Amino acid sequence: MNRHMFFMLAGAMSVALPVIASAQTELTVYTAVEAVDLDRYKATFEKAHPDITINWVRDSTGVMTAKLLAEKDNPQADVVWGLAATSLLLLKTEGMLEAYQPKGVEALDKKFVDRDTPPSWVGMDAYVAALCYNTVEAAKLGLTAPQTWEDLTKPEYKGHIVMPNPSSSGTGFLDVSGWMQMWGEEKAWSFMDRLHENISAYTHSGSKPCKMAGAGEAVIGVSFEFPGAKAKSAGAPIDIIFPAEGSGWEAEATAIIAGTANLEAAKTLVDWSVTREANEMYNVGYAVVAYPGIAKTVQHLPSDIAAKMIDNDFEWAANNRATILKEWQKRYDAKSEPKS
Amino acid sequence: MSIAIDYAPPARRLRQQASRDDLVKLGFMAVIGLYLIVALGAPLFVMLSKSLSTYRFDLSAFEFQVSDETGANWATAVTADALNKELGVVAKKDLATNSDGRLAVTKFFPQFNFRSPVHYRIRGVTDDAAFLVGSTLEKGTAWREYDSAAFRRVVLRPASSLGIENFKTYFSTPALARSIYNSVLMASISTVVTVSIAFALAYALTRSCMPLKGLFRGILTIPILVPSLLPGIALVYLFGNQGVFRDWLMGYSIYGPIGIVIGSVFFTLPHAFLIILTALSVADARHYEAAASLRASKWRTFTTVTVPGARYGLVSAAFVVFTLVITDFGLPKVIGGQYGMLAVDIYKQVIGQQNFEMGAVVSVILLVPAVLAFAVDRRMQKRQVALLSARAVPYAPKRNVRMDGFCFAFACLVSLFILGMIAMCQIAALVKFWPYDLTLTTKNFAFDLMDGGGWAAYANSIKLALLTAFFGSVIVFAGAYMVEKADGFRFGRSVFHFLAMMPMAVPGMVLGLAYIFFFNNPANPLNSIYGTMTILVVCTVTHFYTVAHLTALTALKQMDPEFESVGASLKQPFHRLFFRVTLPVCLPAILNIGIYLFVNAMTTVSAVVFLYAADTKLASVAVLNMDDAGDIAPAAAMGMMIFYTNVVAKLIHAVVSRGLLARTQAWR
Repeated sequence: MNRHMFFMLAGAMSVALPVIASAQTELTVYTAVEAVDLDRYKATFEKAHPDITINWVRDSTGVMTAKLLAEKDNPQADVVWGLAATSLLLLKTEGMLEAYQPKGVEALDKKFVDRDTPPSWVGMDAYVAALCYNTVEAAKLGLTAPQTWEDLTKPEYKGHIVMPNPSSSGTGFLDVSGWMQMWGEEKAWSFMDRLHENISAYTHSGSKPCKMAGAGEAVIGVSFEFPGAKAKSAGAPIDIIFPAEGSGWEAEATAIIAGTANLEAAKTLVDWSVTREANEMYNVGYAVVAYPGIAKTVQHLPSDIAAKMIDNDFEWAANNRATILKEWQKRYDAKSEPKS
Repeated sequence: MSIAIDYAPPARRLRQQASRDDLVKLGFMAVIGLYLIVALGAPLFVMLSKSLSTYRFDLSAFEFQVSDETGANWATAVTADALNKELGVVAKKDLATNSDGRLAVTKFFPQFNFRSPVHYRIRGVTDDAAFLVGSTLEKGTAWREYDSAAFRRVVLRPASSLGIENFKTYFSTPALARSIYNSVLMASISTVVTVSIAFALAYALTRSCMPLKGLFRGILTIPILVPSLLPGIALVYLFGNQGVFRDWLMGYSIYGPIGIVIGSVFFTLPHAFLIILTALSVADARHYEAAASLRASKWRTFTTVTVPGARYGLVSAAFVVFTLVITDFGLPKVIGGQYGMLAVDIYKQVIGQQNFEMGAVVSVILLVPAVLAFAVDRRMQKRQVALLSARAVPYAPKRNVRMDGFCFAFACLVSLFILGMIAMCQIAALVKFWPYDLTLTTKNFAFDLMDGGGWAAYANSIKLALLTAFFGSVIVFAGAYMVEKADGFRFGRSVFHFLAMMPMAVPGMVLGLAYIFFFNNPANPLNSIYGTMTILVVCTVTHFYTVAHLTALTALKQMDPEFESVGASLKQPFHRLFFRVTLPVCLPAILNIGIYLFVNAMTTVSAVVFLYAADTKLASVAVLNMDDAGDIAPAAAMGMMIFYTNVVAKLIHAVVSRGLLARTQAWR
C-alpha cells in the first residue's frame, strides 16, 4: 500500500516537476562531521541555495580518509566538507584536490587556510586536545586533578589513563604531533615514555577516551573538547581540563575533489562554507571556528580555548607522520602487549 | 533387423540424456563459478597484488642543481643517489617506506641554510618521479627552481614497485608478528570451548528426551541474531571497570584475552551449533539398534556411532569457529584492549594509517588458516559416507531420566549465559547514563540524532537482508548441488569448492576493501554496481557463502547417491530429481540457509563498511559508528533493534517452514 502510494507519488512528481528536477544539482559530500549536526548543516545550506541538494556520506575520519584514498582513481565525492585538515593534506599530496580560492576566504583566520594560493582546503572549526577527568571515580581513588601534560606521568595515575592510539586515531596523532611541536622531538619522546607507564589502554577512536572517562571505565581520558562537552551534557561527572602547556589541535576543513562533474555547485558550497553564517552554524557545537571574532561560548567549555591552541604546522605533521608513527609503534605497540 | 533398430534408439537416447544433463550442470556450475570468481577471486587477487606493492625512495630518479650565492651560475646536475653515496645520509634499509613516506631533500645538502641566497633546482629523471613542495604535488622531468626558503619544504615521495619488502617489514615488527600468535591462540581456545559446548547442546537436542527442546533451540540461535560488537558491549557492562559482576574476574581485566574468548564463544556458538545439529539431526536408527543388539555400552555407542556420524560436521564446525574468531574485528575492537589481533591490525593499518599495503599483507597472512581449513576439510570429506541411505530408518531418542535431566541442566546454563548477555544490552539501551543515572529512557533510540544514518539505515538493512536471503539461498544451494552431485569435472568441482571455502577466511574488511579496488575502477565493466545496493548484496552473499555452502553440503551429503543412480536408470533428467527429491529433502537446510543469510546481512559490519553509499547506509554499520564515537547506549539500542528484527524474521521463518515441512518432510 505504502509502496504503491510511493510509486504513484513519484510518478506524479516526475510528470509534474520536470523543470525543477532538471535545475537541481545533487552534490555527493563526504564528511566526518558529527551525525547530530548533519541535518542542520544540510538544511541551512539548502535554504541559502535551494538549487543544490546535498547527499551526505558520513563516517569516522579514518574510514572516510581510507575511502577517499581507495577511490583515488575514480572519485565518487564532489566535495569533502568536514574532514581533518591533515587528511585533506594527504589527499592534496595525491593531487586529489581542486585548488580554489573561495569568495571571502580572506576573512578567515590564516591558520585555518591552506598555505598555498589558491588554497586546496579551507578550515571550518578546530578540535582541541583536552583531558576528560572523572571526578567521582577520582574521589573514590583519592586522586587530584592533573593540571599539565607533565602531571599525567605521576605514578598515582598508573593504570587510570586512556588515550587514543595515534596509529589508528587522528586525535591520537594530533596529541603526539602537538607535544613534538611544543617541546621538540626528544623531550616529547621522553614524556611519552613516562606517560606510557600510566596508560591502561590505547583506543582506536579519539572521542572514546572521553566517553570512557565519562562512564567511569577510566579516570582520565586524553581526548578533545567536543565529546567532553557532549558527555557532560549527558550527565557524565567529568571535568574538562586544558593542560597548561597548551594543546595540539586539528582543523575540520572543506575541499573540492578534483575532476568533479559539478564544479560550479561545488564552488558554491565551498564559498558558502567560509561565510559568517556558516561559521555561526559550526559554533553551535565547536568552540573555536575559522571566522575570527564571532565565536560564542559553548556550554561546559571555557571561552578562551583559542588561546590554548599551539601554533600547529599541518604540513610538518603530515610530512613527518610516517616517521613518527613508525617510531611510536616501535616504542609502545610492542611493549603494550600484556606479558602473558 | 527390425528388433535391432527398435532396441538401439533408447540406448542412444539414454546416452544423450546423460550428456545433456551433464552439459546443463556444467553450465550452471560455470555460471556460479564465474560469480564466485568475480565476487571473490578477482577482488582478492587485486588485494594480493596490493600486498606486494612496496614503496621505496628511488634516489636515482631525482636530479639537483645548486647555484652560487648570486643565484645565477649553476653547478652540474647530480642525482640524489650520487649525493647519498657520497654522504651516506640515508641508510639503504631506510629507503623502504609506506605510501605516505616523505624524505626531506635538505638532508643531501649538509651546507643547507634556509636563509642563504643559494637557489636550488630539482627535476625527476622519469615522468613518474614525484616530489612535494610543502603539500603541493610536482611531477615530471622539467627543472623547477626554488630559493632556499622554499627548498626547505621540498620532500621526495616514494615510488611504488613490486616486491616482498612489506612482508619483511611485517615480520620484523614485533607487535605485528606477535598478533599472529595471539590470534591463533584465541581462535584455538575459542574453538575448543565452542565446539564442545555446541556438540553437547546439539547432542542434547537430538539424542535426549529433555523438555523444551524448541525453546532451547530458539535461545541457542540468539547470538547469531546480533552483531558481534554486541557481546563486546554486554561484557563491558557486565565485567568492565563499572560492571555489574566485575568482582567475578578476581581482579583480571575483561579487556583482553578473557573478554575475547567469552565474546567469541557467545557469537560463534550458533554457527557451530547449526552445523553440528544438521549433522546429528539425521541419524539412522538401525545403527543404534545394531549397537544395542551387540550390547555396546552407552559410551561405546556414543564413540562409535554418534561421533563418527557427526565427524564431518564437527570438523566443519571447528574450522568455521576458528576462522570466524580469527577474522572477526568487531569483538576484539570493543573488548580486546591492548591484546593485538590480526583483524584489528588490518583495521589499524587501513583505517588508522591508510596503509592499504600493510593491511593487505595482514590479510594475506589471515588467508593461511583458510588454506589449511580447505586441505583438512577435503581430506575429511573423502572419508565421509552418506549417513541417510535410501533404506535408513529415522532415529527416535528414548526416555532416560538422568541423561535427560543432565542435558536439561546444561542447556539451561548455556541459555542463561546467552539471555544474560542480551538482557544486559537491553538494560544498557534503556538506561539514561550508565552507571551514574540509572533512570529509564527511550532517548537512546532517537537514532536520527546520532552517527550512523538513523532509521533510514535500519530500513536499508532490512532490504539488504531480504535480497541477500533470496539470491543467496538460490546461488548457494545450486552451487553446493553442483559440487556434490555432478559427475565428472573433478578439477572444476575442486576449484569451485575451494572458492566456496575461501570467504570464511576473508575478513570482511579485506573483502570490502578488495571490492573498492576491484569494482571502483572505470575500466571494470561492473563499475556501475559500485555504490549501489547490488554491491552490498553481492558482497554479503559472498562474505557468508561458506557456512551456507557447508550447511547445504552437509544436507546433500546425507542423501545416498543411489537416488541419482535410480533417477538416471529411470531415465529421469537431473532437474526432475532435483525438484522432486533433492529439494524437498533438503528444504529444512535451504530454509536455514535463507534465515542464516538474512540475519547475517542484518548484523554484518566489516564487509560493508567501505561499500555503503549515501542512500544505502546500514543499521549494523550504525552500531559500529555509534560505539566508535563512544555512544555505547544508542549502539546497544540499535543492536537490539537488529535483534528484534531478526527475532521476527525467525518467527516468520518458523511459521513458513512449519507449513512447508508438513507437506514435504512427512517421511521424517
